[in-house]
Amino acid sequence: MKRLFPIFSAITAALLAYALYQALVVAPTDALQGDVYRIIYYHVPSAWTAFLLFFINFIASIQYLASAKESTQKAAKWVVIVIGAVGVIACFLPQVQHLLPTGMRPSAVATTVLAIPAFYFFVGKFFPGQRLDVLAVTSAEVGVVFCTIVLVTGPIWARPVWGIWWAPGDIRLTSTLVLWLIYVSYLVLRRFSNSAQTQMLAAALAVFGALDVPLVYFSIWFFRTQHPQPVIGGGGSMDPRMLHVLVISWMAFLCFAFLVCWSRFRLELLHREVEEAHAMESLVGAGAAAKASIPLNRSPK
Amino acid sequence: MNSIKFLYAAYIATWAIHAFYIGTLVRRFSRLRREMKELGKGK
Repeated sequence: MKRLFPIFSAITAALLAYALYQALVVAPTDALQGDVYRIIYYHVPSAWTAFLLFFINFIASIQYLASAKESTQKAAKWVVIVIGAVGVIACFLPQVQHLLPTGMRPSAVATTVLAIPAFYFFVGKFFPGQRLDVLAVTSAEVGVVFCTIVLVTGPIWARPVWGIWWAPGDIRLTSTLVLWLIYVSYLVLRRFSNSAQTQMLAAALAVFGALDVPLVYFSIWFFRTQHPQPVIGGGGSMDPRMLHVLVISWMAFLCFAFLVCWSRFRLELLHREVEEAHAMESLVGAGAAAKASIPLNRSPK
Repeated sequence: MNSIKFLYAAYIATWAIHAFYIGTLVRRFSRLRREMKELGKGK
């Protein structure tokens, strides 16, 4: 695996350079916004990557909470299977279809619903035991980095286009900021709490935090917002050349996120190894001190 | 609309944030490796 890291890094660097070239040179200029619209090639892929990472964090947290007891684990497996099956069937029922936002395809929603059991079993298989918690903290931290980029690049785009940096009260902007704050508080909790229950508490917080992700995503469908309406996946009319560049850019950012998560995952494992070594050392030290003190404490017979 | 400076600002900000985060990862890695070495020596 260590040999793969530099190879994958080189591929990612090449892909990011290609995506940058596509975004700045190949993508056509927007007739209304001019060149500033090209910010979407960083803003939108960063948002999608952040959502994906928070979704992974959600799945890992559920798995971690469920793994506390064997009975809970079994029940959670069945709940996830039922959610997947019912969700997919429901997407094709006419009564449910008219609840979907205009332009949103039921097949797209069904695929997203199917991702829940798929990710759940994938994560459970490849990240057993404490590795679930390591995956959760990794995805949350890298997700916060990408969400920060969304919150920084958004206002930089808004200033020349809207004339303001931030639209107070806009639900898309506010819910994104709330999402960022929830995951920052998750990381703060993990960083500064020394309780034995920290991992459980953090997992529970992550489950509630993840509920904000659909609100952020669907807010532009269900509410009137200053934020632009969806340009893809919701009946939007994006130029195919622009869409092509957007997909390339997202692939590049996904590879980059994977690389960063890989490093962060290894860092967390090393961190736990060092903590264990410290604990062992202090145990050995305490044991030696106790041995040395036994003869002194014994009362003479 | 003189918007090109905003475009560059957004791209630079993105990579500055990533660079800062990768920098913190590298620092944490080197600190942990140093700690591991010290623990190894102690044994």
